[in-house]
Amino acid sequence: MSLTEERVNTPAPAFDPEGAWRVHPQVALRDESFGALAYHYGTRRLLFLKSPTLVELVSALDRYPSARAAVEAIVPVTERSKYSRALARLAASEVIDAR
Amino acid sequence: MPADSALPLQTVPLRQQFTHGLDAPICLTWELTYACNLACVHCLSSSGRRDPAELSPGEARGVVDELAAMKVFYVNIGGGEPMLRPDFFDLVGYAVDRRVGVKFSTNGTRMTAEKARRLAAMDYVDVQVSIDGALASTNDTVRGEGSFAAARSAMDHLAAADFGQFKISVVVTRENATQLDAFARMADGYGAQLRLTRFRPSGRGADTWEALHPTGEQQRMLYRWLRDHPDVLTGDSFFHLSALGEPLDGLNLCGAGRVVCLIDPIGDVYACPFVIDREFLAGNVRHAGGFARVWRHSDLFASLREPQSAGACASCGSYDACQGGCMAAKFFTGLPLDGPDPECVFGHGEQALAARRPGIRIPVLGHSKVDVHGQPIAVPTPIQLRSRARL
Repeated sequence: MSLTEERVNTPAPAFDPEGAWRVHPQVALRDESFGALAYHYGTRRLLFLKSPTLVELVSALDRYPSARAAVEAIVPVTERSKYSRALARLAASEVIDAR
Repeated sequence: MPADSALPLQTVPLRQQFTHGLDAPICLTWELTYACNLACVHCLSSSGRRDPAELSPGEARGVVDELAAMKVFYVNIGGGEPMLRPDFFDLVGYAVDRRVGVKFSTNGTRMTAEKARRLAAMDYVDVQVSIDGALASTNDTVRGEGSFAAARSAMDHLAAADFGQFKISVVVTRENATQLDAFARMADGYGAQLRLTRFRPSGRGADTWEALHPTGEQQRMLYRWLRDHPDVLTGDSFFHLSALGEPLDGLNLCGAGRVVCLIDPIGDVYACPFVIDREFLAGNVRHAGGFARVWRHSDLFASLREPQSAGACASCGSYDACQGGCMAAKFFTGLPLDGPDPECVFGHGEQALAARRPGIRIPVLGHSKVDVHGQPIAVPTPIQLRSRARL
């Protein structure tokens, strides 16, 4: 059975780490032991947030003035570039959007 | 699974995680009724008669409440023909209002212009219309006289109602395997998405599998076609073909009881939609603890989440690619579950089929083939297969 049968996506705007972000209002997160599942009710896409830190970061975005500020507050220094790239991909998938 | 590669954070091997199961299913099928006005020769649930014990409207809403609480994002609704349930629209509306999206399969016979408009006005509803031939003759041999015209009429109604991108769902058979390009053109003509799924020997399919499942050459052709058409949906159902080379998109793993399960019309919970048999019955949503308890605590699902033995496939270099194939396909052809799929691309399945002991009991008595006492009832296969249909 399909896990990710999805509608065709329209391209999302580029990710700006200095901008303010949030979980997309059409996205629901479900905690799992590996992190969380994210489902976008608009695009019908299912994605996997494959670490608890990423789930914490995504969920906290709306409490920080910018994505960069959220990353700096939550992610250890050595991992920040990796998590920033993950946010850019989540923006492209519209799991997060600019607020 | 294109989405899977969207994140670089490989802190947990996800496939390994899935083998241990999730807090709630990702891909839940809910057959709303065993009633059907068609009698397709490959019907996985041997549908036809409504079961008097089917969930009442109130009970069905209770299931939706539970799915919403478990954050099941969407449910795949089928049957039988789900649109035959008098509370069909009420239930779909109830689900989407609670953010349980609905993807439902229909034979299209009850799709009027008015119903198509009603569906188009609902959020979180996807529709897939089943059709098993690009020509009426190919389709109607399997699905019954007039069913091609009914399905095309349903597609016309959905398109006229601006439903958006509905799906055209095809079970690949020996008869239609040569029509894949024609199906793709049909989908393009509607702005629809084509979805191809595997023919399993489940339900009435057990009776027709021998004659209708694609040949080895057709399977290799299908693999190449799917590799060339990544936009075609497959329900991850052809993972046994991944042994041919580069894997197909998808999980490439049997999800039964791990990420997949079935709730049948009377509330029985099975490991997957293709194993409606007591052997794979995990519980019932009417019992204490409901669906969540079955999903999280049933002995059957616990055992399916254990590492599975590769058995006779252990020495095959492609086991990692195909994981031994489909449990249901093996079960209903009388093959051991820890051995090759009957359609193993290297022919090991054919050898295993030939080596079956004479008189082996092949389980073909799913729910709708037995009465309340467990005795077999005659479920006629009303449509006689002609010899090979041709384009």
